[in-house]
Parts: sequence; structure tokens; C-alpha cells
Amino acid sequence: MLKLKVNNIEVEVEEGLTVLQVCEKAGVEIPRFCYHEKLSIAGNCRMCLVEIEKSPKPVASCAMPAIEGMNIKTNTEFVEKARKGVMEFLLANHPLDCPVCDQGGECDLQDQSMFYGVDKSRYKENKREVPEKNMGPLIKTQMTRCIHCTRCIRFATEVAGVPELGAIGRGEDMQITTYLEQSMQSELSANVVDLCPVGALTSKPYVFEARPWELKKTETIDVMDAIGSNIRVDTYGWEVKRVLPRINEDINEEWISDKTRYACDGLLNQRLDTPYIKYNGKFEKASWSEVFNIIKSKFKNADKEKICGISGDLVNMETLYIFKEFFNKTLGSHNIESRSDHTYLNPDKRENYLFNSAINGIEEADFILLIGSNPRYEATILNARIRKSYMKNKTKIISLNDVGDLTYPYSSLNGDIENIKNIVEDKHEISNLIKEAKKPLIIFGQSALKSNSSKYIFESVKSFLHKNNKISNEWNSLNVISENASTVGGFDLGLYKTENGSNKVLKDLENHKFEIVYLLGQDSLKFKKQNEFIIYQGSHGDKGAEMADIILPGAAYTEQNGYFTNLEGILQKAYKASYPPEEAKEDWLIINELAEVMNHRKLFNDKDELDSSLINQINLYIEKNNSKEFSDIKNLNFEKELLKIDNEDYYFSNVITRASKTMFECKKAKTNLKSTGTDG
Amino acid sequence: MKISRIFKTIFLLDFLSGLIIAVKEIFKSKKTINYPFEKGKVSPRFRGEHALRRYANGEERCIACKLCEAVCPAQAITIESSEREDGSRKTTRYDIDMMKCIYCGLCEESCPVDAIVQGPNFEFSTETREELYYNKEKLLDNGDRWESILAANIRADNFYR
Repeated sequence: MLKLKVNNIEVEVEEGLTVLQVCEKAGVEIPRFCYHEKLSIAGNCRMCLVEIEKSPKPVASCAMPAIEGMNIKTNTEFVEKARKGVMEFLLANHPLDCPVCDQGGECDLQDQSMFYGVDKSRYKENKREVPEKNMGPLIKTQMTRCIHCTRCIRFATEVAGVPELGAIGRGEDMQITTYLEQSMQSELSANVVDLCPVGALTSKPYVFEARPWELKKTETIDVMDAIGSNIRVDTYGWEVKRVLPRINEDINEEWISDKTRYACDGLLNQRLDTPYIKYNGKFEKASWSEVFNIIKSKFKNADKEKICGISGDLVNMETLYIFKEFFNKTLGSHNIESRSDHTYLNPDKRENYLFNSAINGIEEADFILLIGSNPRYEATILNARIRKSYMKNKTKIISLNDVGDLTYPYSSLNGDIENIKNIVEDKHEISNLIKEAKKPLIIFGQSALKSNSSKYIFESVKSFLHKNNKISNEWNSLNVISENASTVGGFDLGLYKTENGSNKVLKDLENHKFEIVYLLGQDSLKFKKQNEFIIYQGSHGDKGAEMADIILPGAAYTEQNGYFTNLEGILQKAYKASYPPEEAKEDWLIINELAEVMNHRKLFNDKDELDSSLINQINLYIEKNNSKEFSDIKNLNFEKELLKIDNEDYYFSNVITRASKTMFECKKAKTNLKSTGTDG
Repeated sequence: MKISRIFKTIFLLDFLSGLIIAVKEIFKSKKTINYPFEKGKVSPRFRGEHALRRYANGEERCIACKLCEAVCPAQAITIESSEREDGSRKTTRYDIDMMKCIYCGLCEESCPVDAIVQGPNFEFSTETREELYYNKEKLLDNGDRWESILAANIRADNFYR
């Protein structure tokens, strides 16, 4: 511990901090532009100058290590004069753009110039003019406003792992640019917009849309992937204008992926706003009571074994729960499923479908093995954590397949399942690596769980880990990257019907055994419709709605309160930021009302009752599940197979992104980039 | 009662002094004007009907910075903005509810480009409520109509700003 003084008040801090961090701990705020907690220290904006006793010159506090007995002064005239001088230099070349600048109202330079700015400029020379740079479809540049803090460069090289941003020239002629003026090849690229302390990098889809003070801010949870990033949704009336990250050190730190941030314009397009009935292949508008009565008569006349329900990727847990209750209690059917393809699932224990080491745990890992996964596209934020772990500990990373650039170096095997067999039979060098590692991390991706030998891959590796004591209470190295935001929630609530881990409902559906199919926001089914009567409930007109006979308009994730369990098994609540369009209703309400029409009795009286029942159910399930013993599956058949990584279409992965114009632009930018032929 | 007071009461001095003022005023020029045929002088700082001004080349001044909307104490202004085809920041909607407006002049004060101004016109009463919901066309039209006076007013007041 160090003892030092901040403004003559004694403080005691741990060693290894900078003067700025010490001041922060002492509750003294220091103005800064280039310093950022999550990035390396650059010390080039000079805004954080402080006076240190016995030092003749002011000191840049962000780059100065704190030492014993220091007397730091932050409120003297000397400091104020120094900061004013720095601010005058920064403003000398900064255009007076604030009224047309999108950063206006949330601009660090604007805020700090209120304290340290001088009201008149002494700069009579010509102001610097910098040409705009092309940074792709997400980032709008106005480089004349740049104050050279280099936060964006540091983010791109350190966190995103794509060293494509850099500075050319020096002094006044310094310019920030991308390599060959191409768009940034990263799924985290738009975070530089948040990092930029001025309006040099602003958000392109949000350009001139709104001012920060007129937006309603709702803190909620993202559903674009299974990570469950903490986000803030900004709405103007009904419209969701933008999505920003919220700090959660355990999950997304400060970053969110581009898909999370920019898919929100998909919430405005292709919406289902009123119930529809299909007559002779054409959809016609209908009223709620009409569709409910048709559904009622259909259900009444059908054999309950011939009804099935499949839930989708963005459905919250309340809806999943009431969906299950509706099927079990109102219809008396058990054919419900939350998987959309033949993913292997062993629901025996909760750890079989969770990311057990937790996202935070990645940083502690000393060996990482990726099996059939491309975390960069499946879980972008998680990939950033793996990179952080690599940067910190130089973690050894091996992937079964070569999946292209993952933003960190890794060695890859040829993708043959035989490698797995060798590993679990102790015949491969990786077996020893896993055994020797204190905290190994085995990550199963969707491609592994969807392959033909998924059961062999998962169960054999699991029992190998168990045998070597890598699955314990202290460290569980078994990790699965779930596919969607509602995957874990669905499994927790028991929305599956497995036969040896396979998807029984989907198999029967493909064999056309069902008469009525209820799709709850399910748009990724690959099956040919024959005589099935399909009810689709969801927010967007997409594949599911297209083949439906009846459409029930539901709400999107920003339009209803709902719980989501992320891939680590953490229950988080998403809050309502907007409301469903026109006739559309919240999803749980539709099912509740349908149950009332069917049986003259609601399933739940109100949302509170549903919520508390759901939370009870989950707590009971987790408690029961945790007390279960580890069970080994014997007699696994090995079949020779080459594992293929099936790269999902990152920018078109769900209904919202498919309806989003920005995502389309991103995809176009990416394919254009590839077609230049420069990447081999 | 004082003696002076008794004296004043007896000789009706108060009454007489009043009468003298009245007789004096008869020979002075008239203070009242024959409104609406005659109108009083309006200060260049007068805060009347709003107008949106243009630059000399016909380009609208307003850049949709939304400062007037933010500062408006009566929340009478509604602005929606977007990027115009040439990449400039412009309003797609600029509405003022003239009945909510309290004519405080803060919008004019906050405008960085002198786009929204309150002109000398105070005669804009209407027969229906709806006519007092001003939109962008109406405000720009006002600006075009009053431009010479508005420009002169701003010039006259410039020294004091």
C-alpha cells in the first residue's frame, strides 16, 4: 500500500496505479480525452495535467505512476492554467461544428470546454482541414474534428484485434485512417464510435437522427446472440433510434457487437401489425377474435398427439413458460421443442448446455480448445474475451478446424473427428495439454453439436474431462456456446423432447406426422410444408410467417419485459423500451388470451403472477439439477467424419437482422471487400 | 386639519390644477392611433410571429441542431431531422404550436445561425385552432415575406449582443 496526498488529503492506495487512478479513488475527477480504462495508456492529449509537489512542470497524470509520499494537487491555479492552455490548443484546430455534429450533447470536448475553454480564440491562422475517410457502412468520419487521442487505434489493435486503423503524418498533419481506406474488418468496429471523445467518428445509420437529450433511455438486455450483452436502448416515440453498450464487467465489459448495435433498424421494417388469415394462398387482415376462434376450432378437432409447438430464437422466458403451460395444460400435448435443427442435447444436467467456466473465467484459462466453433461469429463478445486472455497470458489456443482469422493466433487441426478419438484415448498431444493445464477451456460450438457424430464428440470429451478431474466445483472446463438468446432459457424450462439427444419433434415434423404446428417466433425451420396447419406468432414477416396459415402479431424484444438466460446461465431481465405496433400484442398475452378462448380460463391472471411462477420454476429446477450426480454415457459409437464449420450468416442470423437495412449494407461491404481479390 | 388644506378645499385648487392639465392637452397632438389603419412603432427586439430565414442564395438556414427545441420552456417546438441527399443536416419537420408558445424569445436567442427569429408581426390571429399549428412551410414562408425587416432588426440589435 502507498500513502500519498491528493489535494492535501491523505489517501492509501494499492501499488501499481497511475496518478489519475489514485485521484479517481480519492474522488477527484480529472479531465481526460486519451485515457481509457480498458485501453493502453497513450498520454497524448495532455488534458489530465496535475501539479505534483517538487515537480517544476505539470505532469500528465494518466501516464505517471503513483509513488509513496507524492503530494498531488488538482485544484490549484497552476493546474487550471495548464489545462486551459491545453484546451486552447485542442480547440485551435477543432471546427465550431457543434450544432451540426451528432456528438453534440454527449461530447467530452464540449463538456470539458465548458470548464476549461476560453471564450475567445487567439488563433487567427487557417484551421486545419482533413479529408473524410471511408470506414465502411457503420462509421461516419469527419476527421477535421479529430483531436488525435488515438483511442480508436488502440481499440482496433488491442481489443478488436484488427490492426487496420492507424495514424499517418505527425504533428498537425497527423491523420487517422484505415488501411487502404477499407472498412474495418471487425464485428466490434462500431465501438470506436463510443470511444471517440469528439465527433470525428460517429454512427452512420444514426446520422442526424436525434439528439441525446430527447431520447428515452431504457437499460435492457440484448438478444442478438446468446451472450446477453447489457445494452441501453434509446427510443424516440415508438422508434428505436440506437443501441448503446452498458458496462457489465462479467459479460460484455464495455463493448457490444455491430449486430447488437445496428440491427435495431430492423425493428421498424417488415413488422406484423395485425392478425392475418391465409385464404387461397393470400393473406387477409383479420381481427383477434376471428383468429382465436379459428385456432380454437382447429385445436378442438385435432388429435392432441398431432399438435406440436416449436419456439424460436428471440423468445423471452415468460413466453416460453406460458407456451409450455398452454401446451401441457390447455392442449394436453407434450410435443414442444425449442431447437430448430438436430442439435445434440443431453438435458440430464444443466452443465451440459452451459458455458460453465463463465465469460470472466476465460481470462483465467491457460489452455483453450475449440471444437467445431467459430466464436468470432457465434459469440463476438466472447471472442473478444478470448483475445484478451491471449493478450494477457499468451494462452495456448487450439481449434479442431481452421476457421480463418479469429483475431488471435491459434493452431488448428484438420477437422477430423479422429482427433477427438485420439484425444479422449490419450493418444494425442492435446490430451496431455488438457491434463497439464490447471484451467483448461473446452468450447463446443454449434457445428460440433449439429454434426452427425455430435453425441460421440460431446459425451466422449465430457467423460474424458471428468476422468481427469477437469469438471469440478472449482473449475468446470466444459463449455458450450449456445446458439441463441433463448436457447438456455428453453432448455431450463424443459422445452425439448429428446430421444437419445436427438430432436424428436423435428424428426416427426419432417415425416409430416403433425396436423397443427404452432411456431412461436420460429423462422429457421428447414422443412417442406405439406398438409400442416401452421400458426405463426412473431414480430416480423419472415420465413415462418410466409408458410403460416394464421399469423398472430407479437412484440419484439424491445417491446416487452422479459427474462433471458445467457449462455453462462445468468438470468437477466430485458425491459420494455417501446411498444408493439398497432394491433400487435405482447407475446405472453396472446397465449394467455388464446387459452382463455379455448378453456374460458386464463392461465395466469396477470404478468406478475406469471413472473413469480416462472422464477419459482427456474429456482426449483436449478436446485434440483445441481444436486444430480454426474452420469457417464457408455457405449458410444465412433464414426469417421470430417467436421465442417458451418459459418452462420453473421449479419442475417435472425428476423430482426434480416429486416435491417444496415445489416444488409454491412454484408454488402464485406462481400465487396472479398471480391477485390486482395485477401488471397 | 392644517390651514393649507382648508385653503385648498375652499378655493378648489386641486380641481383647478387638473383642469389646467386638461386644457393644455387639448392643444397637444393626439396620442392614440387609429388601429388598424395606423400602427405603432415596433422595437427591433419585438417578439412577434416566428419565421425561419434563408440565406441569400435561397438555402434554408436551419441546420436542425435542436437547441431551440431543447430551450423552449413551453415545449412548443417539435423538430425531426435527417440527412439530406447532399449530406447536409436539415430538418424534415419543424413545427411550432403558436398557442403553446409564450413568446419568450429563447428560441431566437439560442439559434446559432439566426434561422428561427421572432418578427415584428403580431397580427396573426386565426379563426381556427388548427391554423395556429405552424409547420416548416409556413415558417419559411413567413421568413421570405419578412426577410428585409428581419435582417434589418438583427443588424440593429447586433451591437448589443
